[in-house]
Amino acid sequence: MTDDVVNVRGLRKRYGDVDAVNGVDLDIRRGEVFGILGPNGAGKSTTVEILQGHRRRDGGDVTVLGQDPGRASRAWQARVGIVWQDESAPAELTVAETVRHFARYYPAPRDPDEVVELVGLTAKADARTKELSGGQRRRLDVALGVIGGPELLLLDEPTTGFDPAARRQFWSLIRSLAAEGTTIILTTHYLEEAEALADRLAVIAAGRVVAEGAPASLAGRAQARATVHWAEPDGTARSEETDTPTRTVAALAARFDGEIPELRVTRPTLEDVYLRLIGPTQLTGPEDKR
Amino acid sequence: MSGSTAAAAAQRAAGERSPASAALPGAWRLGLARGAMEIKLFFRQREQVIFTFAFPIVFLFLFASIFHDDMAQTGSTASQYYVASMTAAGIMSTSFQSLGISIAIERDEKALRRLRGTPMPPSAYFLGKIWLVLVTGVLETAALLIFGATVYDVDLPSDVTGWLTFGWIFVLGITGCALLGIAISSVPKSGRSATSVVVLPFLVLQFISGVYILVDTVPNWMLTIGSFFPLKWLCQGLRGVFLPDAAAALEPAGSWEYGRIALVLGAWCIGGLVLCLLTFRWKSRNDG
Repeated sequence: MTDDVVNVRGLRKRYGDVDAVNGVDLDIRRGEVFGILGPNGAGKSTTVEILQGHRRRDGGDVTVLGQDPGRASRAWQARVGIVWQDESAPAELTVAETVRHFARYYPAPRDPDEVVELVGLTAKADARTKELSGGQRRRLDVALGVIGGPELLLLDEPTTGFDPAARRQFWSLIRSLAAEGTTIILTTHYLEEAEALADRLAVIAAGRVVAEGAPASLAGRAQARATVHWAEPDGTARSEETDTPTRTVAALAARFDGEIPELRVTRPTLEDVYLRLIGPTQLTGPEDKR
Repeated sequence: MSGSTAAAAAQRAAGERSPASAALPGAWRLGLARGAMEIKLFFRQREQVIFTFAFPIVFLFLFASIFHDDMAQTGSTASQYYVASMTAAGIMSTSFQSLGISIAIERDEKALRRLRGTPMPPSAYFLGKIWLVLVTGVLETAALLIFGATVYDVDLPSDVTGWLTFGWIFVLGITGCALLGIAISSVPKSGRSATSVVVLPFLVLQFISGVYILVDTVPNWMLTIGSFFPLKWLCQGLRGVFLPDAAAALEPAGSWEYGRIALVLGAWCIGGLVLCLLTFRWKSRNDG
């Protein structure tokens, strides 16, 4: 028996004559935070919607928590939490009322007050949804996604439109959920978000997985050549690309006899790797289906 | 055989440890919870409350004040006629119009899709809407009847039979109109266009069903079209309850036709349910 929460083989979805998803394979393990990266229209949202059971697929095998999401039962839905890209809770209900009401749908919900606390809305518990800021609404969405105590939480571009502070707060919320053992799948087009949160990543471009792995080693990133940067005594900036940065730094240290001015050693950022991965396919990717 | 039983037992045992396999809440109980929430939401939208309730009363006041003469050989006044008609229109507005518009908006705002992602059974959603419609419909009707009885001297039924007749006409009428409202909510492409899409047919029905225009004045062909829809029969039934028997002379058939009213309204309840089951969508059309 595998301990995979999600198994996807050869997933396909067409919109008209465009292949939005064209042979995606994914295996996501229990307890993992799994990031799905890709340009707009690459097929991330379609993939996640198929995992949620809200979009029919045209081909391939999909198993989520042991069931085909296309034929999901109520019991299955109670085990899966969903945070959509764009949604609205009833404007005239308060935060506490909304969370309490949604708790009633589930067989074994979490404590509503505790969930409101978890998403950091305790101070706003008695405010009506229409009075919340965009970031606060998103936290309410997360509260509704986790109120049923899901084993798997699916988030589709959860921080789009957030300011940097709100994004950091949101990240710590996701980390605390992951620490509780919830398996989390999130799509994003923010690379720093993927790097900060995900244990593993898949990059989807033009309907296919073009790379998969831990953010630090994605697409050979850890083995890639490093660049050593420094400044000469006259102020000229110098750099050298090398497979052996330690040796280069040692040589420099000997030459400067102590501190090397403006020393930096860099490897390709996730962004460099990502842009290289999606580069050739980006322009031919199908339009985002909304 | 024994292997599969053992596997099933193991699955049950594993299930008992997992909180998710605790009993799912029942549709009836969730329907009540949703109804309570819908009613709370409704009354928090003060504008909506005022307009929903005031609209038929304002129209009743206008029509009943403009046309107030005695209607020949009926023992009643035009004002009293309008009390019965506007009560019927009020029932249709709290059911057909409110549901048609509000569900279209909920669909457009993806509130329906969100519900679909929870283990809430769909029937609980519809039960909640029925509770909302029943409560607002009863309040609306009570307001119109109190207004009609005090200002225009409409005789409310004095015996149980009269109220029972009113009861079944109200229940069949509001149910049929509510189901029709749920069905029409799938027609508008967006929440913004919902009001026009729902209000136009409702206005037309009010003209051709004898709400605004006396039933003996509406051209026959219009009334014939109107007879295919519930509003005409709802009006007719309420006239039967609130006008003197002599007023039946105004009716095309010369009688209140309770049997036929029950038949048509009942047919709309069943047909409307089928229509809803066949056409209801949880996502808006441009959302796949």
